[in-house]
Amino acid sequence: MTTLPAYRHTPGPLHATLLAGTVPLFLGALISDIAYGQTYQIQWANFASWLIAGALVFCGFALLFALVNLLRAEHKVGRPAVYCLLLLATWVLGLVNAFQHAKDAYAMMPTGLVLSVVVTVLSVVATWVGLTNLRSGAAQ
Amino acid sequence: MKASNTLTLLSAALLLSACGGEGDNTQARGPDPKLPEQQSSLLPSMKIAEPTPWGNEKPKVPDGYSVTAIATDLAIPRQTLVLPNGDILVAEGRGGSAAKLKPKDVIASVIKAQGNTKVKSGNRITLLRDADGDGTYELKTVFADNLNAPYGLAFADGKLYVANQDALVRFDYTDGQTKASGAPVKVTDLPAQINHHWTKSLAVSDDGRHLYVGIGSNSNITERGMEVEIDRAMVWQVDATTGAHRPYATGLRNPTALTIQPDSGQLWTVVNERDELGPDLVPDYLTSVREGAFYGWPYSYWGQNVDPRAQPQNPAKVAAAIKPDYSLGSHVAALGVDFSTPAMGEQFAEGVFVGEHGSWNRDNPVGYKVIFVPFSHGKPAGQPIDFATGFRGDDGKTRGRPVGVTVDPKGALIIADDLANTIWRVTRNQ
Repeated sequence: MTTLPAYRHTPGPLHATLLAGTVPLFLGALISDIAYGQTYQIQWANFASWLIAGALVFCGFALLFALVNLLRAEHKVGRPAVYCLLLLATWVLGLVNAFQHAKDAYAMMPTGLVLSVVVTVLSVVATWVGLTNLRSGAAQ
Repeated sequence: MKASNTLTLLSAALLLSACGGEGDNTQARGPDPKLPEQQSSLLPSMKIAEPTPWGNEKPKVPDGYSVTAIATDLAIPRQTLVLPNGDILVAEGRGGSAAKLKPKDVIASVIKAQGNTKVKSGNRITLLRDADGDGTYELKTVFADNLNAPYGLAFADGKLYVANQDALVRFDYTDGQTKASGAPVKVTDLPAQINHHWTKSLAVSDDGRHLYVGIGSNSNITERGMEVEIDRAMVWQVDATTGAHRPYATGLRNPTALTIQPDSGQLWTVVNERDELGPDLVPDYLTSVREGAFYGWPYSYWGQNVDPRAQPQNPAKVAAAIKPDYSLGSHVAALGVDFSTPAMGEQFAEGVFVGEHGSWNRDNPVGYKVIFVPFSHGKPAGQPIDFATGFRGDDGKTRGRPVGVTVDPKGALIIADDLANTIWRVTRNQ
């Protein structure tokens, strides 16, 4: 039996929006990186930089929500904790990727592309776990 | 909670990784510098000048020499010119309107602005006159205004040439004039799109027929795209009468000052090289400018050292790149150069003075001084000698930043200081 209402464990609409919005932003950066690697057209690298910056804002606020939810949860282990750690890993590696993309011209490659792949996958998994939480949360 | 600890640790580690071991003595100077391996840190090192007023202090000069501030409260003085009658012209201004393309540009511009003057661009040329020759320049008057970030100055055949950031212009000049007699005449337009490196340096051949204009690259290392580098990173030769131009030498990343060697008539320049390859790469340099030569930017540096950041690469250009004559050390930001004269004293009779604005992307700051590179038989010979120091104090505060240096034939060195907005004059004690 739980003393806390279920919503404290589960993403609300704003939290869910921020979380889900992280995915297309990191994915967009990844696709831009691929385009830059193929064409050497610098504008793709600029796009990637801004998309990552936007993703960090979305992901950062989603992480804030997730942490608050975790702190207020009765059981601080299991799925909510995994979700938090995944999101944290996404944000930290995303930040590293932002610095990598700040390097001039082709200095960001190929590490920037590799990081973009990793961060995009992480953000998909984190969102998956986070939103699955949303579904199962009400049943707890 | 654990998670936030991890985050703190990670960011601390990131910050630490940015602080590499940068000794004072790692700077390779001279004709054959030993270049270290390229480095790439996640966060580039930045150490911005902390401006503070000179107060009662002055730059330090060698024994037997004195230094005086002959003009203060200028509006960003950059380059100076000594006219035949001894009057000094000062080009004042700040140019550039390069768009910020990445989040990094937004952040870096805020940080870098801390180390510069807050004064507005003068966009003018000021005349200084010492009528009685007592070393006090009692007249300070505006010679010409409404210019567009004027930088390079040159005089020949009764004509004063000014390199604005977008055009080379000309004034007629008669001896003793204190104000331009009218608006300038355009000689030719200069490449001005983006103007990442906006300064246009200038020199004129002894016969007054050819002008040489130094045009900086539009990026550090092509991060604004190759397309915007057309007509950039080169020295133009301009016909003084017709304004027709042709590339004289290319691959010079940012040729910030040009000067003609007395007797030989050879063109020399100081060039600011690329950043973000480590604290000891790439050396800024002093070199004679060989007609038709390619000096490497962006494909390579100091000869055949390939820069992998410039893509697609160009092996043919790398193979063609020639080595410059003399390394001044990485990140010193040489912005002024002029040949000395025997009137400067025995030790400084043959060679060039170089004004070093000072580094911003190196943990252990370098530059922030005026050096003298001794010459022998018309070529650099030996290690540089500090001529004017103390611009950056031992307390870590920066009082001034040297830009243009000009040798007055009477035996004085004129130094423009664009942080303190002051003109310094170094003379030999009688």
